[in-house]
Amino acid sequence: MDLSLIIMQLLSGIALGAVLVITALGLTIVFGMLGVVNFAHGALFMIGAYAGLYLASLTGSFWWGLLLAPILIGAFGMLIELVLIRRLYGRSIDDPLLLTFGLSYVLVEGVRIVFGSDGIPFPTPPQLIGVLDLGIGFFPRYRLFVIALVAVVLLVLWLTLEKTRVGLIVRAGARDPTIMQVLGVDIGRVWLAIFGLGVGLAALGGVLAGPMRSVNPEMGSLVLAEAFVVTVIGGLGSIVGAVVAGLMVGISISLVALFAPEMATIVMFALMAVVLLIRPQGLFGVRGRTA
Amino acid sequence: MPKSGSTPKITRRTALAGLSAGAALLAMPRLGRAADETIRIGFPTPLTGPFAAEARDQVKCAELAVKLVNDKGGIGGRKVELLVRDDKLNAGEAATRTLELIEKDKVHAVVGALSSAVQLAVNEVTRARGVIYVSISQSDTINEAKDFSKYTFHEALNPHMTTAAVARQTLKKGMKVAHLVADYAYGHEMLRGFKRAQAAIGADNVGEILHPFGAADYSTFMPRLMSMRPDVLCISNFGRDQANAIKQAVDFGVKQQMKIVVPVILHNQRLAVGPDVFEGVVGGANYYWGLEAQSKSAAAFNTAFKAANGGAIPTDYGAYGYSGVGSLLAAMQTAGGTDTDKVIDALEKLQYDLTKGPQHYRKCDHQSVQSVLVLESKKKSAMAGDNDLFAILANDTASDDMLRSCSELGHAT
Repeated sequence: MDLSLIIMQLLSGIALGAVLVITALGLTIVFGMLGVVNFAHGALFMIGAYAGLYLASLTGSFWWGLLLAPILIGAFGMLIELVLIRRLYGRSIDDPLLLTFGLSYVLVEGVRIVFGSDGIPFPTPPQLIGVLDLGIGFFPRYRLFVIALVAVVLLVLWLTLEKTRVGLIVRAGARDPTIMQVLGVDIGRVWLAIFGLGVGLAALGGVLAGPMRSVNPEMGSLVLAEAFVVTVIGGLGSIVGAVVAGLMVGISISLVALFAPEMATIVMFALMAVVLLIRPQGLFGVRGRTA
Repeated sequence: MPKSGSTPKITRRTALAGLSAGAALLAMPRLGRAADETIRIGFPTPLTGPFAAEARDQVKCAELAVKLVNDKGGIGGRKVELLVRDDKLNAGEAATRTLELIEKDKVHAVVGALSSAVQLAVNEVTRARGVIYVSISQSDTINEAKDFSKYTFHEALNPHMTTAAVARQTLKKGMKVAHLVADYAYGHEMLRGFKRAQAAIGADNVGEILHPFGAADYSTFMPRLMSMRPDVLCISNFGRDQANAIKQAVDFGVKQQMKIVVPVILHNQRLAVGPDVFEGVVGGANYYWGLEAQSKSAAAFNTAFKAANGGAIPTDYGAYGYSGVGSLLAAMQTAGGTDTDKVIDALEKLQYDLTKGPQHYRKCDHQSVQSVLVLESKKKSAMAGDNDLFAILANDTASDDMLRSCSELGHAT
């Protein structure tokens, strides 16, 4: 087995991990800041893919779909927070969990009614069709683009959280919402924005995954499971954890696929089990956190 | 709910009267209700999950077969009813639903299942209860002596005949062949079929990769498959797995280096990923609507389906639903009712032609002897319309020679 094959394999692992990172990030931000385990995250990922496809065909360009779908679905997420989730703050963690679980069924069924339950083709944007010769092998242009875009989104997110005033409020709000309210910050608006951001990231993941898979109403269910595995490995609520764990899972799947392909799906659950045994709070999680 | 205070009083006398009347009612049907009783056909199929698109077509076609019989007055004056159940593509769920259909709904026969693993679970239940089961999805195992029973009929193609037909069209002596295979019964059986056909033709196997069933991402298998440098890549999986695997193989530039071949090319999955992705992919099929140009049965089936479904066309796995239920009902017609042994006898003697030409169930293993199609997905510019998906490369006429011999399957001959 030569080195170039292993490098190609690593690259497909990173591309796979990039989509995982984006979806897990939305899940972990919402949990870390709001204490809401969003079971509708997978369904919103799927809605994002449909919205992206719809907007792309409406405007005639994939790029508008990629830009507008996360914003639109993010706004839809804010509506969900405002109308549904908001009423459940301060109650047991199970309440929003059950609510979002039910919501995911409503969303999936809604899409089945509107778009039908068969898969729909999501064409790859013409500029990114085909493969790029990397010298050691060929790699799909679209997947390289996904890696690059996710890197940019992560950078922007990190800069916003660490270097801006908004980021400061968000981080402080996650630590101690009461003090923030005493200091005169409208914490409700922060929470609204955070939930919108989390849902927007799910939608972005969906649009990005669209051209790699066929788009269908059930595409979110597997993604939800994967995103949960990633957040558990990385530590619930940890942003760095989601990034590291997402890439770790992607690369593990990819390398295991090289040697024992039939184990490729199981490996991420094995990884999760090992992490839970050694560090129950996850790689970057804080021990005893109840959010 | 009765309000408190208004609870009806039940005296011992009325209770006794009621009970004995109830007992009499329960005993009566055993004596003489056979004449006007409806004929119930159980139909477990995976309405949810990655094969849902194919399952829904099966149901539509099965309903059509039932409707056509009922329109002509039913069987011996009895109406036919189809009881559809979602088996969720899960062997345990399918076994439970089938048992329920038999015990609770008292079905007279079972048709259905859409996975080689699930149909074996259904078959376990039906043969233990002595109920006729017509399987309508691919399996080699179900014909083998170990799983076979006199109640078991297999209307679908089997992997052996499908892969042989596809290999004949696509492989040549000395070609290098690689396999991407779903890691469950269907994939394993298709792989076995392809390897047997390869050996007969003289093509070389350069490697095989098993992938987890229901995987969404296949990118991690592509670099290794390409490093095997095959001339042909056989992708043996089903439903959405087929769409995703082919799409991602094409993304990786697989088609520039090798030809993609599948054992069964699926109408719905071709629709799900579009013409460009599937262009040039070759695969086997039991049915394609375009057969109507060369088959009167296909034309009649298409017309009947269109009339019942607002102009839509029937698909491959849908046609199994039609011929599976249709052949069973034809045999019941001959047998004059639902007596199990008489219907089995009628099925064994039945010559039927419902969708694509003459078919019959082979006596030793109850496999339906039928034609096999080999299709090639058309280029977008070559499509005459939205439904013009495939070109028919071959239409191998039905013959016992396509099947493994009765003695190879372990049946006494």
